[in-house]
Amino acid sequence: MTAEPTAEDTDLAEYVLRLGDDALVLCQRLCALVTRAPTIEEDLALANIALDLLGHARTLLAYSGTLDGTGRGEDELAYHRTERQFRSALLMELVPGDFAVTIARQLVYAHYSRLLWSALEKSSDATLAAFGARASREVEYHQMHADQWTVRLGRGTAESRRRMQAGLDLVWPYAAELFERDALVDRLDAAGTAVAPARLREEWEREVAAVLDEARLTLPKPAWQATGGRDGLHTEAFAPLFAEFRSVRLQYPGGTW
Amino acid sequence: MSERSARVLTPWEVFIRPRRGLAHQHVGSVHGADADMALANARDLYTRRGETVSVWVVRSDSVHAASPSEKDPFFSNAAHKPYRYPEHYIPLNEESGHDG
Repeated sequence: MTAEPTAEDTDLAEYVLRLGDDALVLCQRLCALVTRAPTIEEDLALANIALDLLGHARTLLAYSGTLDGTGRGEDELAYHRTERQFRSALLMELVPGDFAVTIARQLVYAHYSRLLWSALEKSSDATLAAFGARASREVEYHQMHADQWTVRLGRGTAESRRRMQAGLDLVWPYAAELFERDALVDRLDAAGTAVAPARLREEWEREVAAVLDEARLTLPKPAWQATGGRDGLHTEAFAPLFAEFRSVRLQYPGGTW
Repeated sequence: MSERSARVLTPWEVFIRPRRGLAHQHVGSVHGADADMALANARDLYTRRGETVSVWVVRSDSVHAASPSEKDPFFSNAAHKPYRYPEHYIPLNEESGHDG
């Protein structure tokens, strides 16, 4: 039996679940692109990134399950929750219209997650600090991949440039949600356990703006801001994604390979 | 993978050095529109297992190779020269007595 969790553990469980769900849902989106990327090499590049994200999701979900006192394992959390219980930001479930949208999302997430995992290396929570040290190095490559493609598409043909700019414009309002603050994040930030992502926003904007500058693309103007994912309020795109994600699990309950 | 993009991308040869002290070895080829893309693709395709300390990519059209039709003039002089292999000397030594 697991002991009743402390208030801080309950907070941390929720925080870690958010981050784990981000990685899990984005992983699923990237996996779905395998065989759909522009080249077979790119199929593999996206699959490699997805696999790294799956590793992050597994660690974070498993940790969340030990913190919240329910003792749920990573699979239980991944496959046996309802949509409303997923805490991922809406950016992750966004349907990729074309390759440029995928790259725009990767650009937004890779820079954000690298800054976040690096900052978490200093967390007073040993598990999170160890995770941050490992994950920040992995997403460094994701960032390189996204940066290179952004510049390549931005400086490519008129059509690739148009699509890359359209992808950025589409994705931008969803980036805001990553940097949202609420009472939970503020409590953990004050305790030194977590990092309020709002503190990373300025540096994130500076980094991304530098890439867009090199790519000769325009930083999208602030418009509306997506929100709701952290409360489990997802978009229409989430249900089909989740159904596909757990289809094998439902067909072969308890199956192992 | 669409036909169109495959035609725009050029092939690159990939060389990997698995450990310090070893030479780079040719492991295969990738497509890439530029050197950075070729290098990233090579990383994703060929460094998934185990340690790699270095990766090179070289445009395939920069490789100057001997033509298969010139096989004989190029390579036949190495044939019928068993004394170029150390094994050749073992029976010789055994017959006459190496130290004898």
